[in-house]
Amino acid sequence: MNPIAHSPHAHAPASISKVMGTVLLALVPATLYGFWLYGWPAIFLWSITVASALIGEAFVLRVRQRPVRPALLDGSATLTAWLLALSLPPFAPWWLGVVGGLFAIVVVKQVFGGLGQNVFNPAMAARVMLLISFPVEMTMWAAPTPLSGEHALSFAQGLAITFGGAQWDTMASASLLGHVKTEFTRGVDLLHSLPGYFEAGDALSGHRVGSFGETSAVLLLLGGVFLIVKRIITWHAPVAMLLGVALPAAIAHAIAPEHYLAVLPHLLSGGLILGAFFIVTDPVTSPNTSAGMFVFGFLCGLLTWIIRTWGGYPEGVAFAVMIMNALTPIVDRYIKPRIYGRDRKGTALPAKKGA
Amino acid sequence: MMFFEKFFGGLRGGVHPEGKKQLSAECPIRSVPLPQKLYVPLQQHIGAPAAPVVKVGERVLKGQLVAAAQGNVSAPVHAPTSGVVSALGDHVAPHPSGLPVPTLTIESDGQEEWVALAGIEQPLELAQEDIAARVAAAGIVGLGGATFPSALKLNLSRASGVQTLILNGGECEPYLTCDDRIMRERAAEIVEGIALIAKAVAAQEVLIGIEDNKPEAIATMQAAAQGSAIKVVAMPSMYPMGSEKQIIQVLTGKEIPAGGRPADIGVLVHNVATAWAVQQAIRYGRPLISRIVTLSGGAMRTPCNVEALIGTPVEELLTVAGGLVPPVARMVLGGPMMGQQFTDMRVPVVKGTSGVLALTASETGQAEASPCIRCSTCVRACPIGLLPLEMAAFIRVSDLASSVALGLKDCISCGSCSYVCPAHIPLVHYFNYAKGDLAAQERGKLKQEATKKLADARNERMARIERERAEAAAKRKAAREAKERAAKEAAEKAQQESSASESA
Repeated sequence: MNPIAHSPHAHAPASISKVMGTVLLALVPATLYGFWLYGWPAIFLWSITVASALIGEAFVLRVRQRPVRPALLDGSATLTAWLLALSLPPFAPWWLGVVGGLFAIVVVKQVFGGLGQNVFNPAMAARVMLLISFPVEMTMWAAPTPLSGEHALSFAQGLAITFGGAQWDTMASASLLGHVKTEFTRGVDLLHSLPGYFEAGDALSGHRVGSFGETSAVLLLLGGVFLIVKRIITWHAPVAMLLGVALPAAIAHAIAPEHYLAVLPHLLSGGLILGAFFIVTDPVTSPNTSAGMFVFGFLCGLLTWIIRTWGGYPEGVAFAVMIMNALTPIVDRYIKPRIYGRDRKGTALPAKKGA
Repeated sequence: MMFFEKFFGGLRGGVHPEGKKQLSAECPIRSVPLPQKLYVPLQQHIGAPAAPVVKVGERVLKGQLVAAAQGNVSAPVHAPTSGVVSALGDHVAPHPSGLPVPTLTIESDGQEEWVALAGIEQPLELAQEDIAARVAAAGIVGLGGATFPSALKLNLSRASGVQTLILNGGECEPYLTCDDRIMRERAAEIVEGIALIAKAVAAQEVLIGIEDNKPEAIATMQAAAQGSAIKVVAMPSMYPMGSEKQIIQVLTGKEIPAGGRPADIGVLVHNVATAWAVQQAIRYGRPLISRIVTLSGGAMRTPCNVEALIGTPVEELLTVAGGLVPPVARMVLGGPMMGQQFTDMRVPVVKGTSGVLALTASETGQAEASPCIRCSTCVRACPIGLLPLEMAAFIRVSDLASSVALGLKDCISCGSCSYVCPAHIPLVHYFNYAKGDLAAQERGKLKQEATKKLADARNERMARIERERAEAAAKRKAAREAKERAAKEAAEKAQQESSASESA
């Protein structure tokens, strides 16, 4: 006999695994494109990152004496590792994926209490940890070598890069943001360093240097719009984050174009699109309300722009997201929905007789 | 600020559960064969239970008063058919606990012999107070499910003035079609009932709100209301549109102040079925002894709508619907969003029973709860503007005060949050548990205060008695001493006198 159940006696066709599954689905186009663009090393790196995250999750759940299977099947660990993998340099060595995947799941997620309890976005925290600990490996960019192209890497070459630590001649390139930063330190301003380095078309299609999943803005955007249509995320945080970068960039660029990048390269560079649609929309580490999400997203964008512009690192999405993750409880404390029959301060509305 | 609110979702909250109304919407209201035994609970309303005025073994007529209202908030109960009162004892309650409650059992004699009814030819000429008094005497309560005594609402509203009278034909609960059918089939009676209610409270404006998923009901009511001041308004179909707070917000743009009543903003809301009951009570003098019940659900063989006598056991209704199609995952009284599960098929239909649902496992969608991922779907679904996930988190750690600070007491228990939660967390269960716990705490506090008062009074009384006793003792002692002194003096005097006389 079933125990007596409380109402409601109906349920929307929704579940956590469905939510996670939809997000994973939204990542598939950009990921497959990344596989094609960078070949076997990217495939190996992605697989090993996801696998180590799942193993880490299973291990901790076993230690915590929690059911392992349902947690692995809910897709949350896969999603974390997947996002982390997309933000890694495609030719990174295998152990970077292992260390990152394990750190994201074991330290950032499970130590804080598991699903729903982590303060920081596990993928971004892991990326930041890797960037600080292994700055060389984390900035070894490679120019795209599409699987179907003439420079395609063979399976064996892929193995050699990911697992054998082999160097490749395409690996010398720098990403746009990195290039700009380096040139600045040499005293070369934007007007001289940028020409020939940024083509909006390449940025949209992803045919450029960068992390393997971040390069195709179009496909990531497509996935993001799909999630909004599917009502998995709302537009507030993504739009606000893009605005948070675009507004200061537009103003600064208008004032001093030789010092400040224009809006378009900002929007299409680095992890911004991935961050706006897949990272700041992470439910666990972002605010509760739509207004809160807007504020959160905007500040993530603003911080990203500030770090990119004046910070020591070329890219700022991961740092900005972590800082804002820490501020999420504050945002939630001050931005709450107005309760029916009360004003914004929570005082009951006055009774109006007859009128 | 208005812009801000609009920008970030002015039409707040609500969910769109699958309607499932097509299962029973086209089934005209059917009658139920007269049951042999009717189980009439003494409490079918909010407030104090009615007190029986008949004895076991007594013959009662259909519509005869069998239990009288007690106190300010209460409603009388009438015999649903003629027969003999065979028991006054406990019977399984229409409540998830299935615990027994005081119930009158009436064994029907099959005669359906009515008590003498005092109908009125020209009901609209009645005085305001008389309308309310007749509604009270007929035992009418809110038939939308809240079962608040209707006459009390009329009296409260007459005192504070009513600008807008709203008739709730929203019926936003999935499956239920009882209000839909009554509007389609008894529109003229409902309109007369509305006119009576409007007269009773001197309403300036009368609106009937009907969800736009009931076009036939809208058309029928519009036709019936033609030529009157009553306006029929089609409302968007959304749960919980039929909730008092939401229907007022949608139709008038006003909000009931927190902790207040609709009367505070000059609004009165009654269900359309209640208006029908009011018309029956006043034109024909018939008390509330039957209601329309929807029998539906994936495990109900032939879903339909029936007019059932109050006290009819659910098992008798099920035979009208052709029985159940196993496997039945859950039996529910009322709608699926706010209704209550029951397990004993002998539970009777009461005044608040709007539906009996037999649901399959796929319809209930029950699943184990998993951890909250803070997706805030519940925040977006809440029609009140609460933070269900935060409130539940506080309740989990027994921090009721923090939950109250987030608006626990404003929660209307509509279940929208639980319905949409992808983690299947029983959010509204937490809230109702917490509300119950708070009520118990408050009762405990009142009891403690009362006990303390009594104890203080006793101490004071004991002290006073002690004091009085001491005073009395002192007085007695004083009196005794005075007496002794007097006797001594008298003796001395006598001695002196005697010695004087001796010396003389």
